Amino acid sequence: MLEPGRHLTLGNVACAEGALRAGCRFFAGYPITPASEISHHIAAEIPKVGGLYVQMEDEIASIASVIGASWAGAKAMTATSGPGFSLMQENIGYAHMTETPLVLVNVQRSGPSTGQATDPSQQDIMQARYGSHGDYEVIAVTPWSVQEMFDLTVRAFNLAETYRTPVMLMADGVVGHMKEKLTVPEKVDVVDRRKPTSREDTPWGTDDPSGVPPMPAFGEGYALLVTGSTHRPDGVRNYAPEYHQMIVYRTRDKILNAEPKIRDIHREHLDDARVAVLSFGASARPSYDAVVKAREQGVKAGLFRLRTLWPLPENEIRALADQVDAILVVEMNVGKLVKEVERVVCGKAKVASLAKVGGVLPLGREVLEEVRRLA
Amino acid sequence: MKNLKYYRDRYVRRQPSAFCPGCGGGIILNCFVRAIDDLGLDKDKILAVSGIGCSAWIPSPNFNGDTLHTTHGRAIAFATGAKTFNPELTTVVFVGDGDGAGIGGNHLIHAARRNIDLTVILVNNMSYAMTGGQIAPTTLHGETTVTSPYGNPESPFDITQLVRAAGASYVAKWSTYHVVELTRSIKEAIEHKGFSFIEVLSQCPTQQRRIFNLRGPVDSLPPRILDMFSESTVVKDRPEKGGYVYAVPKTSSEETLKQVKAMDDVEARIVDHMIHGRVVRVDTKLPDMVCGKLLELGSVSDVKDHLEEKIELGVFEKKTRPEFTDALREIIRKARCD
Repeated sequence: MLEPGRHLTLGNVACAEGALRAGCRFFAGYPITPASEISHHIAAEIPKVGGLYVQMEDEIASIASVIGASWAGAKAMTATSGPGFSLMQENIGYAHMTETPLVLVNVQRSGPSTGQATDPSQQDIMQARYGSHGDYEVIAVTPWSVQEMFDLTVRAFNLAETYRTPVMLMADGVVGHMKEKLTVPEKVDVVDRRKPTSREDTPWGTDDPSGVPPMPAFGEGYALLVTGSTHRPDGVRNYAPEYHQMIVYRTRDKILNAEPKIRDIHREHLDDARVAVLSFGASARPSYDAVVKAREQGVKAGLFRLRTLWPLPENEIRALADQVDAILVVEMNVGKLVKEVERVVCGKAKVASLAKVGGVLPLGREVLEEVRRLA
Repeated sequence: MKNLKYYRDRYVRRQPSAFCPGCGGGIILNCFVRAIDDLGLDKDKILAVSGIGCSAWIPSPNFNGDTLHTTHGRAIAFATGAKTFNPELTTVVFVGDGDGAGIGGNHLIHAARRNIDLTVILVNNMSYAMTGGQIAPTTLHGETTVTSPYGNPESPFDITQLVRAAGASYVAKWSTYHVVELTRSIKEAIEHKGFSFIEVLSQCPTQQRRIFNLRGPVDSLPPRILDMFSESTVVKDRPEKGGYVYAVPKTSSEETLKQVKAMDDVEARIVDHMIHGRVVRVDTKLPDMVCGKLLELGSVSDVKDHLEEKIELGVFEKKTRPEFTDALREIIRKARCD
């Protein structure tokens, strides 16, 4: 592992370093560009801290073994890109149904299908939100730098353990394959899942206001019934409407009620801004550049960057709409987040889209042009 | 001698069974709990993993220990994560034939290749039974199912040989008729260090009625199918007594039976055979001579030797080779020494 201090390193390596410091001790991987370096670094480093790297036969098996390891007590993780992410969707739903903490990294590349296999995109953000069948609420974080590949991976593990839920780190080929400064702290804050205190505690229901039940591990004598089928609070399969409603609403509400704590927004120059650039991940980099240049040109622009993409901080976006005249949503896809922003803003401010596909970042001057047009 | 109550109280969650009447699932659960009881294992350190399908319900929720009831075909992959992280867990995976050899076939061969210390019990009812009896990768050629109404155009895997070739270090095959052998094999498989695999031919009165064209009252089917398993199989390395042949009727097995019974020096009865169908079994001290005479009977279309097309059961592999969870611990030792 890297020593505490400053390093010039790759985003994917920073992600792996963050995972190890957050306590990741099981990693299942399957090779895919542009995520593979995470596996390479983990394979070399995780055994030194007593952890396991397992290369599975496909991404379906990777996420499955991560869920199995999590129930055996591990902080567990996998990393992939678009095609692998698509293959994982069914078991992501299983992880939601069974409230299994895990971290899933998607270093997004340009699709659909094989697409521009090595080139970056932010096309999977709605798949992260809605990709598996059924109703569930996700947490997804979006790093924009090598440093955040480290910091948000640590946070992803802590969120997964706190809320007993899968957490997605939605990176992209730019931040994954970029080398820049990483400061490894002396110590990181680490959260561990809440364990039951008695055999009466069930992992499938709770009176706790957090809505997060405690989670024992296999082998601890709880005679656990872990199932993807609708189940009663004692774990026994039962398809009655009331049990299904209990699961869907409690697992949704445990995330939505905690949204103010999960929320993570980076704001720059917003105090007096008339035009806000709303972005996330790598596309927030040219956005920030454009905001700075617009300011130099006397345009009151600001940056509203989502470090947590899901759940969407709807109240904060509404408040932003009350304050500014226009919101420009910058993203590396055909225009996905902008529709969510339009829904939330609901006409209170003009919403514009700068959406770019083709495996390339929007350019700072393209964003600047749009900002000036909106000012 | 321990009675059923003893096993139920210790190992089975009390609740109504979800199985169809006469299902083989209960027999396999019975063999499993007897095996772990005989081995004196700590129930708290046993993890039973399953996928989707009738087989998945054998452990979940019936087994009163840790259970992980996963997605269709993926049980072995889930188990791989749990077992590698905590090798102290005796991990037994229950999969079906569609579940384990169809959608999950890739995980099955790769787990065998890794020689990970799991015990996989593949419950083979030769169809996708829970969803209505569709063709599975184990359905025999020509058989009728809801998705092969004109006969199955495909041919089945020989799963035990497939898994053996993939590198499993313990491989056995039994049927729900062979409960003593199956229980013994489950014990051997659990005690075996490495990937152990047991295929179990299991009766499904609900779907095999159509597949094997079994007529008669529903409650007569479970014992008939068990007898059919016995009739259609031969145990590897066990001397087969022989002294019988099968007369395949042209149309009515009753008519053939009547004609055979009129012959000298034979005993005859109608039996179900998985491959030959409903045939007349002819026991005789002079099979060669009887064969010719049978073919002369107007109602007999063919005569099959007693061993012809029998399915071989037994223990097919028992060997030692590097095991995966051990190899991973060795990597930790190496990495820490560097």
